[in-house]
Amino acid sequence: MQRIINNPDLVVEEMLKGYVKNHRDIVAPTDNPRVVKYVGAPVPGKVGVVTGGGSGHKPAFIGYVGRNMCDAAAIGEIFSSPTAKAFCDAFAAADAGKGVACLYGNYAGDNMNVKLAVKMAQKQGIEVKTVVANDDAASAPKDQAEKRRGGAGEIFVWKVGGAKAAQGGSLDEVVAVAQKAVDNTRSVGIGLTPCTIPAVGKPNFQIEDGKMELGIGHHGEPGVSVTDLRTADEIAELMLDIILPDLPFESGNDVAVLVSGLGATPVMECYVVFNRAFDILEEKGIHVYRSYVGNYFTSLEMMGVTITVMRLDAELKALLDEEADSMGLKQFRPRQ
Amino acid sequence: MKTFDQQAAGRVIYELTAVIQKNRDYLSEIDGATGDGDHGVNMNKGFTKCREQLEGGGEGRSLSEAMDLLGDILLSEIGGSMGPLYGTFFMEMAENIGGKAQIGAEDFLGMLKAGLAGIRALVPTEIGDKTLLDVLVPSVAAFETALAVGKDFDAALDTLKVAAAESREATKDMVAKVGRASRLGERSRGFYDAGATSCALILASLADSVQALLR
Repeated sequence: MQRIINNPDLVVEEMLKGYVKNHRDIVAPTDNPRVVKYVGAPVPGKVGVVTGGGSGHKPAFIGYVGRNMCDAAAIGEIFSSPTAKAFCDAFAAADAGKGVACLYGNYAGDNMNVKLAVKMAQKQGIEVKTVVANDDAASAPKDQAEKRRGGAGEIFVWKVGGAKAAQGGSLDEVVAVAQKAVDNTRSVGIGLTPCTIPAVGKPNFQIEDGKMELGIGHHGEPGVSVTDLRTADEIAELMLDIILPDLPFESGNDVAVLVSGLGATPVMECYVVFNRAFDILEEKGIHVYRSYVGNYFTSLEMMGVTITVMRLDAELKALLDEEADSMGLKQFRPRQ
Repeated sequence: MKTFDQQAAGRVIYELTAVIQKNRDYLSEIDGATGDGDHGVNMNKGFTKCREQLEGGGEGRSLSEAMDLLGDILLSEIGGSMGPLYGTFFMEMAENIGGKAQIGAEDFLGMLKAGLAGIRALVPTEIGDKTLLDVLVPSVAAFETALAVGKDFDAALDTLKVAAAESREATKDMVAKVGRASRLGERSRGFYDAGATSCALILASLADSVQALLR
């Protein structure tokens, strides 16, 4: 294992300390060392937006805490859900008396801890409603959508949910638009190499040299097929072949596209994939309204990419266009 | 009708924390075969913190208070799936017997069922998915059946321990349907489930400690 760490058990603690030092203009620590909040939170009169998840996905999850984005995030160990207490404390840090929308991904541990945290928060008089992202189209068949995992589509959910809250939306309105984002978003991942949790010291799965795994999850969950490594263009085609028929996305749709590296992929290669993905969409008459390329949602040092596509209506476009200032997503200029 | 004084039974949980400490490496080793390999470390972290707070070996604490303390620590310190699952298990059991002075066999059964119900309300996991439920469900059922056929508290606890060991053994032949081990699919067969193993250890330790109180 070739990694730049101190004590492997303290990677999350030390990362958080460094993160807060560097981004002190955007985030602030809280009494719970596993909860980080937006410096302005709770924002008076605004519905709170909270997320959370295991570590190892930088910039997710704390990278999306900021202005017009999430107000607080609960932070777990690497690839392990935050505690119920951390989620509950994040709700408290975000709550301005208007209620809190908890927008997170569909994983067993997160589901349990959020469920318990919502009960704890109720006892403190904080109203919390949840939206669970299940955008990973390769993780279960469409008729078992409740089993699908959350993927990089969560970023779009935070973006539109955060914008709706910032524009004065009620808790029900924020939750409704976040759910609309989930319903219109599909993602798929591809992995070329495994990743290693520092405290474990060895990869917990293998991908042979010269092979790739289509449909891999953010923690190395199994994909739909292992095949010989293809070219970037072919990879973009294979991934969109899963995404597009699933919703389905059709000619005439306006969409947002996000291509994220999984940690070890040169960003250059993310652009190579996006280049083809953009052309495929345009060839099919699907118009790319906005797009994002880079390391938005990673899996430690896994080599691979995810593609996420969200179908847009006027409301989602307007919310996507809202300014945002977080470490992972900054947007200040109107769309050209 | 044998019972024990639950107001003076905090020691039961103190003794349980030692069992988890002793099995830290074993649990991580089992987990390492099909999962992240952190189960023993995570469990040990929570149970050790509880042990440190049970001054004097749990004396002066009721079983309910000690389980409430353990459950709270697991919920607030241990994330992932095991924190909420075992945290809920102990919190629900603590609440169930909180108002009782003496615990008899039926009370103990009611307590276990409350813990089990708490877990089942939290997860949609099915029997046979290769999880801790594959130990907890048959063990509680075996204890109930033992009482129904007329065994006394002490003898029914023996049945519980046998059922826990056997059902944990049976997870070896199962294919994981949930959790990280599900990635291996058919290849998860032949390995014990880490959660099922810790659950069997917990049930056996509870039974041993209660038997010591009864005798």
